[in-house]
Amino acid sequence: MNATATASPLQKDIKFLTSPKLGMRKKKYCRFKKLGIKYIDYKDPDFLLKFLNEQGKILPRRLTGNSLKYQRKVATAIKRARQLALLPYVTDLLK
Amino acid sequence: MNTAQYETTLILTPEKSDAEVSKIAKGYTKFLKSNGAKIIHEEAWGLKNLAYPIRKKNTGYYFTVEYQAPTDLIATLELNLKRDENVLRFLTVKLDKYAIDYNERKRKGRVGKDRVAAAAEPIEQTETASEQS
Repeated sequence: MNATATASPLQKDIKFLTSPKLGMRKKKYCRFKKLGIKYIDYKDPDFLLKFLNEQGKILPRRLTGNSLKYQRKVATAIKRARQLALLPYVTDLLK
Repeated sequence: MNTAQYETTLILTPEKSDAEVSKIAKGYTKFLKSNGAKIIHEEAWGLKNLAYPIRKKNTGYYFTVEYQAPTDLIATLELNLKRDENVLRFLTVKLDKYAIDYNERKRKGRVGKDRVAAAAEPIEQTETASEQS
Protein backbone atom coordinates (compact mmCIF):
# COMPACT_ATOMS: atom_id res chain seq x y z
CA MET A 1 0.00 0.00 0.00
CA ASN A 2 2.43 2.61 1.19
CA ALA A 3 6.17 2.92 0.82
CA THR A 4 7.15 0.96 3.93
CA ALA A 5 5.00 -2.04 3.09
CA THR A 6 6.34 -2.37 -0.42
CA ALA A 7 9.96 -1.73 0.51
CA SER A 8 10.58 -5.22 1.86
CA PRO A 9 8.27 -8.04 0.86
CA LEU A 10 9.21 -10.09 3.94
CA GLN A 11 7.97 -7.43 6.33
CA LYS A 12 4.47 -7.92 5.03
CA ASP A 13 4.30 -11.46 6.37
CA ILE A 14 5.20 -10.57 9.95
CA LYS A 15 2.04 -10.12 11.93
CA PHE A 16 2.04 -8.47 15.29
CA LEU A 17 -0.73 -9.04 17.79
CA THR A 18 -0.25 -5.51 19.09
CA SER A 19 1.42 -2.65 17.37
CA PRO A 20 5.15 -2.80 18.11
CA LYS A 21 5.22 0.97 18.51
CA LEU A 22 2.96 0.73 21.53
CA GLY A 23 5.54 -0.70 23.89
CA MET A 24 8.24 1.75 22.94
CA ARG A 25 8.50 4.56 25.41
CA LYS A 26 10.40 7.78 24.95
CA LYS A 27 13.88 7.43 26.33
CA LYS A 28 14.46 9.51 29.43
CA TYR A 29 17.23 12.07 29.34
CA CYS A 30 18.87 14.50 31.69
CA ARG A 31 17.47 17.90 30.81
CA PHE A 32 20.41 19.71 32.39
CA LYS A 33 22.94 17.82 30.33
CA LYS A 34 20.92 18.18 27.18
CA LEU A 35 20.47 21.92 27.54
CA GLY A 36 23.81 22.67 29.12
CA ILE A 37 22.39 24.07 32.34
CA LYS A 38 25.24 24.19 34.83
CA TYR A 39 23.69 25.86 37.84
CA ILE A 40 20.35 25.30 39.49
CA ASP A 41 19.06 28.36 41.28
CA TYR A 42 17.54 27.79 44.70
CA LYS A 43 15.83 31.18 44.48
CA ASP A 44 13.59 30.02 41.66
CA PRO A 45 10.86 27.91 43.32
CA ASP A 46 8.72 27.77 40.19
CA PHE A 47 11.42 25.85 38.37
CA LEU A 48 12.14 23.54 41.29
CA LEU A 49 8.45 22.71 41.52
CA LYS A 50 8.90 20.37 38.55
CA PHE A 51 11.03 18.07 40.66
CA LEU A 52 8.54 17.77 43.51
CA ASN A 53 5.42 15.70 43.87
CA GLU A 54 2.19 16.94 45.35
CA GLN A 55 3.34 16.45 48.92
CA GLY A 56 6.46 18.49 48.26
CA LYS A 57 8.73 15.45 48.14
CA ILE A 58 11.67 15.29 45.76
CA LEU A 59 10.98 13.05 42.78
CA PRO A 60 13.41 10.18 42.23
CA ARG A 61 15.83 9.99 39.34
CA ARG A 62 13.77 7.11 38.00
CA LEU A 63 11.02 9.58 37.17
CA THR A 64 12.94 12.74 36.37
CA GLY A 65 15.62 11.11 34.23
CA ASN A 66 18.29 13.40 35.69
CA SER A 67 21.88 12.27 35.77
CA LEU A 68 23.27 11.65 39.23
CA LYS A 69 25.31 14.83 39.21
CA TYR A 70 22.34 17.04 38.45
CA GLN A 71 19.90 15.15 40.63
CA ARG A 72 22.20 15.96 43.56
CA LYS A 73 22.28 19.61 42.54
CA VAL A 74 18.49 19.67 42.23
CA ALA A 75 18.20 18.14 45.68
CA THR A 76 20.48 20.71 47.33
CA ALA A 77 18.70 23.54 45.55
CA ILE A 78 15.34 22.27 46.79
CA LYS A 79 16.66 21.92 50.32
CA ARG A 80 18.02 25.45 50.27
CA ALA A 81 14.72 26.76 48.97
CA ARG A 82 12.96 24.97 51.81
CA GLN A 83 15.17 26.64 54.39
CA LEU A 84 14.26 30.01 52.95
CA ALA A 85 10.55 29.17 53.06
CA LEU A 86 10.33 29.38 49.27
CA LEU A 87 9.17 25.76 49.19
CA PRO A 88 7.33 23.89 51.94
CA TYR A 89 8.83 20.94 53.78
CA VAL A 90 5.52 19.10 53.88
CA THR A 91 2.23 19.99 52.30
CA ASP A 92 -0.78 18.70 50.45
CA LEU A 93 -1.81 19.74 46.99
CA LEU A 94 1.32 21.64 46.08
CA LYS A 95 0.27 21.76 42.43
CA MET B 1 43.73 36.61 52.63
CA ASN B 2 41.48 34.29 50.70
CA THR B 3 38.42 35.82 49.19
CA ALA B 4 35.45 34.12 47.65
CA GLN B 5 32.15 35.11 46.17
CA TYR B 6 29.14 34.64 48.39
CA GLU B 7 25.45 35.25 48.27
CA THR B 8 23.34 35.90 51.35
CA THR B 9 19.57 35.87 51.35
CA LEU B 10 17.74 37.31 54.34
CA ILE B 11 14.14 37.15 55.43
CA LEU B 12 13.28 40.19 57.54
CA THR B 13 10.32 40.59 59.82
CA PRO B 14 7.08 41.88 58.25
CA GLU B 15 6.31 43.88 61.39
CA LYS B 16 8.58 46.71 60.31
CA SER B 17 7.71 49.20 57.60
CA ASP B 18 9.22 49.10 54.13
CA ALA B 19 11.63 51.93 54.86
CA GLU B 20 12.80 50.45 58.16
CA VAL B 21 13.40 47.06 56.63
CA SER B 22 15.47 48.42 53.76
CA LYS B 23 17.45 50.42 56.32
CA ILE B 24 18.27 47.20 58.19
CA ALA B 25 19.36 45.54 54.96
CA LYS B 26 21.46 48.60 54.08
CA GLY B 27 23.09 48.27 57.47
CA TYR B 28 24.33 44.81 56.59
CA THR B 29 25.68 45.83 53.20
CA LYS B 30 27.45 48.72 54.91
CA PHE B 31 28.89 46.30 57.43
CA LEU B 32 30.18 44.12 54.61
CA LYS B 33 31.70 47.07 52.76
CA SER B 34 33.46 48.43 55.81
CA ASN B 35 35.03 45.01 56.44
CA GLY B 36 36.64 44.69 53.06
CA ALA B 37 33.90 43.04 51.05
CA LYS B 38 33.02 44.09 47.54
CA ILE B 39 29.29 44.28 46.89
CA ILE B 40 28.44 42.96 43.46
CA HIS B 41 24.69 43.03 43.51
CA GLU B 42 21.84 43.79 45.89
CA GLU B 43 18.26 42.85 45.35
CA ALA B 44 15.10 43.45 47.37
CA TRP B 45 12.31 41.03 46.51
CA GLY B 46 9.79 42.88 48.64
CA LEU B 47 7.16 41.36 50.90
CA LYS B 48 6.54 37.72 50.06
CA ASN B 49 4.41 34.94 51.45
CA LEU B 50 6.35 32.25 53.28
CA ALA B 51 5.75 28.63 52.38
CA TYR B 52 5.35 27.87 56.09
CA PRO B 53 5.12 30.12 59.15
CA ILE B 54 8.39 31.19 60.78
CA ARG B 55 8.06 32.60 64.30
CA LYS B 56 4.30 32.77 63.75
CA LYS B 57 4.70 35.06 60.77
CA ASN B 58 3.36 34.21 57.35
CA THR B 59 5.12 36.89 55.33
CA GLY B 60 8.60 38.34 55.17
CA TYR B 61 10.80 40.81 53.33
CA TYR B 62 13.39 39.05 51.22
CA PHE B 63 16.79 40.54 50.44
CA THR B 64 19.67 39.10 48.46
CA VAL B 65 23.23 40.41 48.48
CA GLU B 66 25.98 39.07 46.28
CA TYR B 67 29.50 40.02 47.32
CA GLN B 68 33.16 39.12 47.33
CA ALA B 69 34.44 38.82 50.85
CA PRO B 70 37.38 37.48 52.83
CA THR B 71 36.45 34.02 54.01
CA ASP B 72 36.55 34.76 57.73
CA LEU B 73 34.14 37.67 57.44
CA ILE B 74 31.24 35.26 56.93
CA ALA B 75 31.39 33.99 60.50
CA THR B 76 31.07 37.48 61.97
CA LEU B 77 28.31 38.36 59.53
CA GLU B 78 26.34 35.28 60.46
CA LEU B 79 26.84 35.95 64.15
CA ASN B 80 25.38 39.42 63.67
CA LEU B 81 22.46 38.02 61.71
CA LYS B 82 21.76 35.46 64.39
CA ARG B 83 21.68 38.13 67.07
CA ASP B 84 19.33 40.35 65.10
CA GLU B 85 15.70 39.89 66.08
CA ASN B 86 14.49 41.39 62.80
CA VAL B 87 16.03 38.58 60.78
CA LEU B 88 13.67 35.64 60.54
CA ARG B 89 16.06 33.53 58.54
CA PHE B 90 19.20 33.79 56.43
CA LEU B 91 21.19 31.63 54.10
CA THR B 92 24.74 32.24 52.91
CA VAL B 93 25.95 30.29 49.93
CA LYS B 94 29.42 30.21 48.42
CA LEU B 95 29.11 30.62 44.68
CA ASP B 96 31.03 28.47 42.24
CA LYS B 97 31.97 29.65 38.76
CA TYR B 98 28.71 28.40 37.25
CA ALA B 99 26.68 30.21 39.87
CA ILE B 100 28.55 33.47 39.25
CA ASP B 101 27.94 33.08 35.54
CA TYR B 102 24.28 32.29 36.12
CA ASN B 103 23.76 35.34 38.35
CA GLU B 104 25.40 37.57 35.78
CA ARG B 105 23.16 36.27 33.03
CA LYS B 106 20.14 36.59 35.28
CA ARG B 107 20.88 40.25 35.87
CA LYS B 108 21.01 40.79 32.13
CA GLY B 109 17.73 38.94 31.76
CA ARG B 110 19.27 36.18 29.68
CA VAL B 111 18.38 33.16 31.79
CA GLY B 112 14.85 32.59 30.58
CA LYS B 113 15.98 32.79 26.96
CA ASP B 114 18.84 30.34 27.29
CA ARG B 115 16.62 27.80 28.90
CA VAL B 116 14.82 25.99 26.13
CA ALA B 117 11.23 24.80 26.37
CA ALA B 118 12.29 21.24 27.15
CA ALA B 119 13.53 22.34 30.57
CA ALA B 120 10.02 23.48 31.29
CA GLU B 121 8.55 20.19 30.16
CA PRO B 122 6.63 18.55 33.01
CA ILE B 123 7.64 15.16 34.34
CA GLU B 124 5.05 12.44 34.06
CA GLN B 125 4.43 10.89 37.40
CA THR B 126 3.36 7.47 36.22
CA GLU B 127 5.08 4.98 38.48
CA THR B 128 3.77 1.91 36.70
CA ALA B 129 4.90 2.97 33.26
CA SER B 130 8.45 3.62 34.35
CA GLU B 131 8.83 0.46 36.38
CA GLN B 132 7.99 -1.91 33.59
CA SER B 133 11.42 -1.65 32.01
